[in-house]
Amino acid sequence: MLPKLNGVIVPHRKNTAALAAVKMTAPKSVTIPMNMHIGAPSVPCVKVGDEVKVGQLIAEAGGFVGAPIHASVSGKVTAIGPMLASNGTSMTAITIESDGEMAVSETCVPPEVNDYDSFIAAVRASGAVGLGGAGFPTSVKLDVKDTSRIQEVVLNGAECEPYITSDTRTMIDDADLIKEGVELLKKYLDVKKVIIGIEKNKPEAIAKMQELSDEVFSVKALPSVYPQGGEKVLIYNCVGKIVPEGKLPIDVGVIVMNCTTLAFLAKYMKTGLPLTEKLVTVDGSAVAEPKNVLVPIGTSIEDLIEFCGGYKAEPRKILYGGPMMGIAVPDASAPVIKNTNAIIALDEKDATLPEQTPCIRCGKCIDACPLNLMPVEYARALAVNDFALLEKRKVNLCMECGCCSFVCPARRPLVENNKLAKAALRKYQAEKNGGNK
Amino acid sequence: MSKLILSVSPHLRSRTSTTTIMLDVVIALIPALIASVLIFGLRALLLTAVCVAACVLAEFLFCLLCKKPCTVGDLSAVVTGILLAYNLPVGLPVWQAVLGSIVAIIVVKQLFGGLGMNFANPAIVGRIVLFMAFSGTMSNYMMPDDKGELVASATPLVATGSDVPSLLDLFLGNNNGVIGETCAIALIIGGVYLMIRKVITFHIPVVFIATVFVLSFVAALGGGDVMAALSDATYQILAGGLMLGAIFMATDYVTSPYTKWGKVIFGIGCGLITFAIREWGSYPEGVSFSILFMNILTPYINNWTATKPLGGAKNEK
Repeated sequence: MLPKLNGVIVPHRKNTAALAAVKMTAPKSVTIPMNMHIGAPSVPCVKVGDEVKVGQLIAEAGGFVGAPIHASVSGKVTAIGPMLASNGTSMTAITIESDGEMAVSETCVPPEVNDYDSFIAAVRASGAVGLGGAGFPTSVKLDVKDTSRIQEVVLNGAECEPYITSDTRTMIDDADLIKEGVELLKKYLDVKKVIIGIEKNKPEAIAKMQELSDEVFSVKALPSVYPQGGEKVLIYNCVGKIVPEGKLPIDVGVIVMNCTTLAFLAKYMKTGLPLTEKLVTVDGSAVAEPKNVLVPIGTSIEDLIEFCGGYKAEPRKILYGGPMMGIAVPDASAPVIKNTNAIIALDEKDATLPEQTPCIRCGKCIDACPLNLMPVEYARALAVNDFALLEKRKVNLCMECGCCSFVCPARRPLVENNKLAKAALRKYQAEKNGGNK
Repeated sequence: MSKLILSVSPHLRSRTSTTTIMLDVVIALIPALIASVLIFGLRALLLTAVCVAACVLAEFLFCLLCKKPCTVGDLSAVVTGILLAYNLPVGLPVWQAVLGSIVAIIVVKQLFGGLGMNFANPAIVGRIVLFMAFSGTMSNYMMPDDKGELVASATPLVATGSDVPSLLDLFLGNNNGVIGETCAIALIIGGVYLMIRKVITFHIPVVFIATVFVLSFVAALGGGDVMAALSDATYQILAGGLMLGAIFMATDYVTSPYTKWGKVIFGIGCGLITFAIREWGSYPEGVSFSILFMNILTPYINNWTATKPLGGAKNEK
C-alpha cells in the first residue's frame, strides 16, 4: 500500500451545498477578457458596434494552446480595450451591452461528431477550458494523438476548497451529463477506466455518482483532507500513481478532468451551446444571501453579488475561488471568467490575517505539505539567495496549495515566499544555463 | 467603500499560534509543578516564580534596550523560566536562579537573534552554566524532612544501600533531585497532553527514553539476571532528569530537528550520550549534556534527513 500523503484539515463551510443552481438574470453589460485560460490570449473577431447573440463567436483562439470565446449575452459590442487583470497585468477585453433578450445565436447547433478528430475539433470549438480553476484548454489536454496512451481518466469531484459547492451541485443536478460525458470519452478516446474522486463530505454527490457507476465508471470516496483536488494528490489517491517531476499526468497514462468540464462537454455535444455561462458559488461572511448561481461569463462581481442580495457587511476582501488558493481582486468590477468556480466576499474579521511572528522551526509546514516539500528551508534559503539549496529541495514542485501557510503557528507567508523562491530559482537556472552555452 | 485587502493565498489560517503552543507547554508543565510543591514544599513554587519573572523581565528589558518589538507576549520566556526552575535543586539561592535565567534569555536566546534563532536550548544552557559556576549549591540536593526543614540527601542516580528508592517511589516522585524531574507520572501526563494537542510528536521522547532503556538493559544483562536487568533499566529511565529532558527539553522546536527521521536520530543520539555519561562519565547525570550536544548537531541532522519530494527527480551532481 502507498503511504498516505500529508495535508491539512480545513474548515468546510459548505453552506451552499443544498442550494441548487439559480439562473442569473441578464446583467446590463458584460466584460469578457481574452485571457481566461492558460496559453495564448484569444483574438477578437468582432468590432465595436457589432450586434451579437448568446453563443456567437467573438474571439478566436490565439494559438494551439488557446480557446475561442463566445458572447454570453445578446446585445451590442461597446468596447474592445485594455483592462486590468487580477494578476496586475493589462489585457484586452470585449464589453457587450446586453439588450436583455438573451437571444441565442443561430450558429449554436449540435456539432457533427463521428470520430476522434471531429470530437477534438468540437471540444476546441466549444471554448472549453479546465473549469476547476486551472483553465487549461480542454482540447489540448484531450488531444493525446494516440488514445492507447490513456489508461485512466480521473474526474475531479474532490472540491476540497472551503465554501465552494459548484462541482457538488453539478454532480447532483447534472449527474446525467457527467454520465453522458463518460460515454463520449469511451466512444471517442477509447477510455477503458474512468474514476471520479469525491471527498467524503459530499455523501449526496457520492451516492448519485455511485448510482451511475458501471464496469468503466467508478467512484472513489476520498478523505476530507485538503488538498484532495490537487492534480498530483488526486492521481495518487485515485489510481496510485506518482507524476514525476517535469512530466504531465498523460506521461503516466492519466488524464485529469474537472467533473464540471466533462458535464459541459456532454451538454455542448447535445445542444451546440458553447461555454458562455458558469456555475459559481457566491458565499463568504460579507454576502447577504449565499447562492449557487449560473452566471453569464463576463458579469462583474458587483452585479453577481447584487443578485445575491448585496453585502450584509462591508467587504474587505473578495476572492476568485476559495480561501486556500483563491486570488484576491483589487475591486468588485472584475468579471466572472470561464474558470471562476466561486466568488467569496469576506468581512473585516475574515479578511484580516493574523500578524506574523518569528519562525520557530516547528516543522509543521513539512508535516502538512502533500508533496513532502520543506517550506521552512525555502524561507531561509531565499533570504540568503541560496539557489543551490532551493534547487536541491525542489521548491519548483510547489503547487501553492496553501497547507504550509495554513498551519504555520508563526503565520509566516510561506506560499508567498515559495512563489518568490520559484521565480528566483527559474531566473537563476536560466542564467546558469545561458552561461554554460 | 474602503479599499479591498490584497494578499497572497491562503486567506485562511489555523487557530494554532506560537502563543497557543507555548500556552499548551505551560499547561503541560502544571502537573509537575503541583508534584514539586507536594514533594519539595512551597520553596519549589518560589523558585519557579523567580525564574519565570527573571526570564520575562530579562526578555522585556533586552527588547526595550535594543529597540526590538517586545516578544514577551508569546510566552516562550515563561516556558524557559519554568524549565530552568525545574532543573534546579530546591535549596538553590534565589540570586543564582536569577543569574541562570539571565544567561538563558540574554546570552543563549537574545544574543543569537531571539525566538527561533538560538542553536541551543536556553534552559539547558542556563542549567549547565549554573552547574559549572555553582557546583556546590547545584548538586546540594535537599528534601524537606518530617518537620519541613530542608536536609541534604542523595539523588537516585548516586544513591546506595537503603537510600535507593523503589520503582514506585520513582514513578510517583517520592525521591530526591531537582524540583521538576522527580515525579515521572506528572511529566508523562504533561507529555501525553502535548501529544494529544499535537504540539509534539512521540518521536523524540519515546526514542530517547527507549534508547536509554535498551542500553541500560543490555549493560545490566552482564549480571545474567533478566528480571534484575529489566528492573535496573526501568530504574534508569525513571530516575534523574530523563523524563523531564526527553519530554520537555529535547522537544524544543527551535533546537531539535524538524523532520521525522531527524527526530528519531536526535532521540537515539540523546539516549546514547545520556547512557554513556551515566555509565562511564564523571557526572552522575548526562541528560542536559546529551541534549546540548544534539542541539549542535541539529542543522546537520535536518540536512541528512531532508524529505523526499513526491515525484522529485534525482538531483544532478
